Parts: sequence; structure tokens; C-alpha cells
Amino acid sequence: MKSVKNIQKITKAMKMVAASKLRAVQGRAENSRGLWQPFTALLGDNPSIDVKKSVVVTLSSDKGLCGGINSTVVKVSRALYKLNAGPEKDVKFVIVGEKAKAIMFRDSKNDISLTVTELNKNPLNYAQVSVLADDILKNVEFDALRIVYNKFHSVVAFLPTVATVLSPEIIEKESEVGGKLGELDSYEIEGGETKGEILQNLAEFQFSCVMFNAVLENACSEMGARMSAMDSSSRNAGEMLDRLTLTYNRTRQASITTELIEIISGASALEAAK
Amino acid sequence: MFRQASRLLSRSAAAGSSKSATARAFSTEVPSTIDSTFVESWKKVAPNMDPPQTPSSFMKPRPSTASSIPTKLTVNFVLPYASELSGKEVDMVIIPATTGQMGVLPGHVPTIAELKPGIMSVHEGTDVKKYFVSSGFAFLHANSVADIIAVEAVSLENIDPSQVQKGLAELTQKLASAATDLEKAEAQIGVEVHSAMNAALTG
Repeated sequence: MKSVKNIQKITKAMKMVAASKLRAVQGRAENSRGLWQPFTALLGDNPSIDVKKSVVVTLSSDKGLCGGINSTVVKVSRALYKLNAGPEKDVKFVIVGEKAKAIMFRDSKNDISLTVTELNKNPLNYAQVSVLADDILKNVEFDALRIVYNKFHSVVAFLPTVATVLSPEIIEKESEVGGKLGELDSYEIEGGETKGEILQNLAEFQFSCVMFNAVLENACSEMGARMSAMDSSSRNAGEMLDRLTLTYNRTRQASITTELIEIISGASALEAAK
Repeated sequence: MFRQASRLLSRSAAAGSSKSATARAFSTEVPSTIDSTFVESWKKVAPNMDPPQTPSSFMKPRPSTASSIPTKLTVNFVLPYASELSGKEVDMVIIPATTGQMGVLPGHVPTIAELKPGIMSVHEGTDVKKYFVSSGFAFLHANSVADIIAVEAVSLENIDPSQVQKGLAELTQKLASAATDLEKAEAQIGVEVHSAMNAALTG
């Protein structure tokens, strides 16, 4: 019982810590939501695009005890793998966060090209995320990057989301073909030598902006999920404590009654013998 | 027997409707304009899982291109840590593109412009607000919406001229004495930014 009470204290404390961290990150995540919207307005959102080389960037947390968010992200990543794999098509994973690394290492070890951990050790800022994005862009060849993260919808709702960033070559190809990106051709390009150069910068900028927002949203979701997980575990611990206390009292009373019966029966036997 | 059957039916109907009611209570808040080809291909691969959301379902739809030129330009000016201006209606903005200062009026040709460090000014009537922008991109759409995304921006009132002078002197010196290519590049960038800020404050 003492151990259950201790667990309850610990989980309550963890919930408070998660709540305070959530308040800190939530403001920044909401402010960063405007960052990717212009890119989606310009380039559209094409999750169903068919490309040769897809890279799935899975964002997860480093620490555990945060509910089911990491497993949903991994499930979505695996499904995206199945969706995009096929003859001549290649899917690789870039994993951010210890938890997803542990889960994906078991079966998809060969497809993991890069893992990044301890992202949340220092408070997140744009410079750090852009360095990370740079690393990924340098080391991994891609036609389309699909970033999988948990979007923070509310303190109890986290929606797995996939954001798609296309490489400049694919953007050019799609804009020539027409369809969603067809209007891109009508845009004049200011600055830079060629359209290709601008599109390259644009794609890199888009990736770092989308990653920044995704990382912040994922951090918020992690705190929120940890809060609710710790809350339910402290409630569980409380219930368990109640039940154990009842059982303890009942056993105690039963043993007292047994002792009394023994004494009384012994005494009455002595009296009867007299 | 019939009573039991009706009870079972009503219970299953109630359970079904209550489940969908609770699901719908969440889904009325959750947007659902997802790419249909994606949803279909998802269902083939992972039939038991809900498809993930995509960013377009979290965005407000953009206004369509008007047939005549609108009178005001709608500006969205975003930074990684805040949305400075969101949907603000102004008369004109001047942005520091790599090819020079560019004035944007409503009805501008759709353009993608890369920005260099410099001043961005937002004109509304007689009100002019100036920001020093580090770098970024500007998208001008056909529907007279301008999206300006900058990595860092400060309003000109918040820049300290003495710090700018000091920084400029330091970095020019560092540029002269830089040993490796990396140091040279860093010092070069610093000099450009500081001289642009200097020009912005004095000009």
C-alpha cells in the first residue's frame, strides 16, 4: 500500500510538470502555425503524390510514459511505407526521437537512413530545427518528404498528421504537367539566376518551416498525452489504494475475530470443564 | 421475447448512435477536407486505421481570384515564433527582394520573390510601419494576397543604432582577419546584415 501511495504521488507530480511544460510550449506552437500556411497556399498539399523516392520523417518523443502517441505515429509511418513501396519505388525512414527508434528498429532496420535523438533537451528554437533540416536534406536523397507528427488539436485530442514537402525537381515536373501545381508556372520569379535555384531554396525553406511547426506540435502533444496518462494513472492508483485499504481492514478484523473466538472458546471450554 | 429483441435493438442503436455522437462531437471540431485519392489508397493499405490529417485541412481556404483588381492588398507576415500580420488589409508593401526594393500593390502579377536583409515597409493610408527583415520569401498571389515569410524581423524602433555601429566595426575587422572560408563567409554575412541595418536606420 505504501508503494501504491508513492506511485500516486509520483504520477501526480509528473502530471503537474507536464502541465506546466505544456503551457510553455503551447503558446509557441500556436504562434508557429502561421508559418507553413503560405507554403501550402502556394504549392498545395499533395499527400497522394506518386514519386520514386519517398522519405518518411517520423517525429516522436525521447521519454516514455506519454500515452499512445508514439505508437500511433509509428503505425502511420508503417502504413505510409506500405502505401508508397512498390516496384522501382523506394521508401526510407528518418527517425527523430528515442521511442520511435526503439519500435522501428525491430522490423524496419534496413530502411532507416538517419536517426536523431535528444532534440528536446534544450528549448526548441528555429535555428536548431533548421540545422536538423539541413542535416536531413544533405544526407538523404528524396523526391518527397513526408513528415509524420501528432498535431496538437486540444489537451485531450492529438491528430496524427502527415505533411508533404516535395523536392524542387518534382515541383517543376508537376507544375509542367498541370493539376494542383499547374498555376505555379504563372508565377514570376524575382531574384536568383534560374527558377531551379529559387525552387531549391524554397523547398529547403519550406522543409525547415514545416519541421519547426511539426516539432513544436509534437512536443505539445507529448506533454498533453503525458498529462492525461499520468492523470489516469494517479486515479488508478487512488482506486487501487482504496480497494487495498478495504481488503486490509477486512483481513485485520477477520484475524481479530478469529483470535477472539479462540480465546472465548478456550475460556468457555475451561468453564465447562470446571 | 419480442420485448427482449426490441431492447437489444434499441440498445445496439443507442450504442451505435452514442458512439457516433461522441465521435461526431470530436469530428465537428476536426476538419475533414482530405485529399480523396490519399484516403482511398490509405484504406487499401490500412483499413482499420483512420487516415492521418494533412495540413490543408487545418488551413482556412484562401479567397479566389477576383475578376477586377481589389482595392486593398491582404498581407500575411509570418515569423517562426509569431504571426506579425495576419490578413491585414493595406494599400502597399515594399519588400527587399534580392533584385532590389519591390513595391507591391493590389493586383500585382503573381510572383515568388527571395528576400535579402533589408527594410520592409507596410503602407496603410498615411500610416507606415517599417520592419527590418533578415531574409525569407515573399509570395504574391493572383488574388491580391501577399504572404511574407521571414526568419527574423524587428520593427525599426527596436533597433539600437550604437549596437549596429559597433557590430559593423567588429565584423568588418573580423572579415579582414578571417582565416578559414567558413569564418570569412560568416563575417561577410554579418557585414551585409549590419550595413543594411545601418542604411535602414540612417536612410
